Amino acid sequence: MSAITRDEVAHLARLSRLALPEDELDQLAAQLDVIISAVAKVQEVAKGDIPPTSHALPLTNVYRPDEAVPGLTPDQALAGAPAVEDGRFRVPQILGEEE
Amino acid sequence: MSELIRLTAAELGAAIASGETSAVEAAQAYLDRIDAVDGEVNAFLHVATEGALEQARAVDARRAAGEDLGPLAGVPVAHKDVFSTKDMPTTAASRILEGWQPPYDATVTARLRDAGLVILGKTNMDEFAMGSSTENSAYGPTRNPWDLDRVPGGSSGGSSAAVAAFEAPLATGTDTGGSIRQPAAVCGLVGAKPTYGGSSRYGLIAFASSLDTPGPFARNVLDAALLHEAFSGHDPRDSTSVDAPVPRVVEAAKRADIAGMRVGIVRELSGEGYQAGVLERFHEAVELLESLGAKVVEVSCPSFATALPAYYLIAPSECSSNLARFDAMRYGLRVGDDGTRGAEEVMSLTRAEGFGPEVKRRIILGTYALSSGYYDAYYGSAQQVRTLIKRDYDAAFEQVDVLVSPTTPTTAFPIGERADDPMAMYLADLCTIPTNLAGNAALSVPCGLAAEDGLPVGLQVMAPALADDRTYLVGAAVEAALKDRWGGDLLSRSAFAV
Repeated sequence: MSAITRDEVAHLARLSRLALPEDELDQLAAQLDVIISAVAKVQEVAKGDIPPTSHALPLTNVYRPDEAVPGLTPDQALAGAPAVEDGRFRVPQILGEEE
Repeated sequence: MSELIRLTAAELGAAIASGETSAVEAAQAYLDRIDAVDGEVNAFLHVATEGALEQARAVDARRAAGEDLGPLAGVPVAHKDVFSTKDMPTTAASRILEGWQPPYDATVTARLRDAGLVILGKTNMDEFAMGSSTENSAYGPTRNPWDLDRVPGGSSGGSSAAVAAFEAPLATGTDTGGSIRQPAAVCGLVGAKPTYGGSSRYGLIAFASSLDTPGPFARNVLDAALLHEAFSGHDPRDSTSVDAPVPRVVEAAKRADIAGMRVGIVRELSGEGYQAGVLERFHEAVELLESLGAKVVEVSCPSFATALPAYYLIAPSECSSNLARFDAMRYGLRVGDDGTRGAEEVMSLTRAEGFGPEVKRRIILGTYALSSGYYDAYYGSAQQVRTLIKRDYDAAFEQVDVLVSPTTPTTAFPIGERADDPMAMYLADLCTIPTNLAGNAALSVPCGLAAEDGLPVGLQVMAPALADDRTYLVGAAVEAALKDRWGGDLLSRSAFAV
């Protein structure tokens, strides 16, 4: 049995906002099947009583003094934008007509 | 060709400080070298010809004005194209960031500018630092100066190739699963992965945030230590930056004395799947350590066997989240915005066109590992393995001061050999990944050429977190002893030797 189906890969691609053509999906499904079967080895050693480690360091929240510091100017922030209008990011339609 | 590019970074810095030469002459010498050989090597994505000379003139002016500058002032450096530079493009070797110029500098970039280093340009890499060969660059592969048909390692392969081809005396890289140590090893260089949090991630294009660590490449241990010290230290702009003194790596590189040091050989990082010539050089290096007065024992780290699978769940999971920022709205590529499509469709078209195959593979793998229903079995289990690996290191470092292994299972492989086989490619990081998962310090130092192919082999030295100095101490001792044995540097035997 395969570790992951082509339909699952297509679903994951949609969730990941990747508009993949059919041939790319075919190739990815085959490769991911091999990779997922290999990485599933972690399940053999992971046991219930082992605490997870999400990070190499003990993480605590870090605060800085509540002081205003200069940020980017609007021109700097917009300098790399694909489209700009009236000093703002111009983006494609976000909400549907009916909403 | 200028004699200046033969000098070590330390020597070049001293020659500039004494007035024997200038930052401008040094920059020009390296720009000439890049011009002469980079057509073959393809180490650089961007060469800052005018910018480098301008920075060099500024350093010479600061010196003339009597400013007290550091040991590397005026010495050129090449940056991996993952560090933000406000005066040159930063692409992470991806189409999605083609031509993008950041509005600010990374902390590593800014600190090296302040120390007077002159930026020669930006080096090639695997796209978003995902890969072990630099073949995943959207701008063509980089070639290994030892053999132009082979990979220079990765993901920081442009940096390793640039330093090995004498196109730069120093370079920066990032190490998420071995992306500094592995390319350093296969190009015959010194490369270090500092303790996680010891070098700032601010302004670094993120791949896997709990693992990404900036570090140095150099042709010798002292130069690597000087670069390491120049960009390290607490950074309030990185919430995971460690607020502790920088380990004294320069002092360790100069001391180079390992008498009485306890060294552990990791049993699990050897044996089947390792190239015979790599193991031969490794065993020789271990004998050398003993002859220098180290006490060598074998130690077992059983969980290392599961480090690679754990890494290929954790790193893709973090990448799938980090790369969500490339949404075609605020910067970078935008595809299909013809007025008929909505934002989500434009986003999906842009990401499909802007990301290369390996990046897409990892985004989907990470999305899978984090999805409800699979989270516990995959991401959760991988995090438990991470705990086991940390425990193995803790137990080992109760017995020994440092651990050693080969840096890579094989020497540099031919371009194209593993390009269609992701699992084979992933194996290149077999020995380096455990250090990243635990957040420790490690360094790779050249230990000779493999008999069967005449290509460089690296010795990996691993130390506990914040004990980076121990890796430099051992590296410098090995380097000095081998230089005596060989009657010169390893790099002097490369086709690109100067």
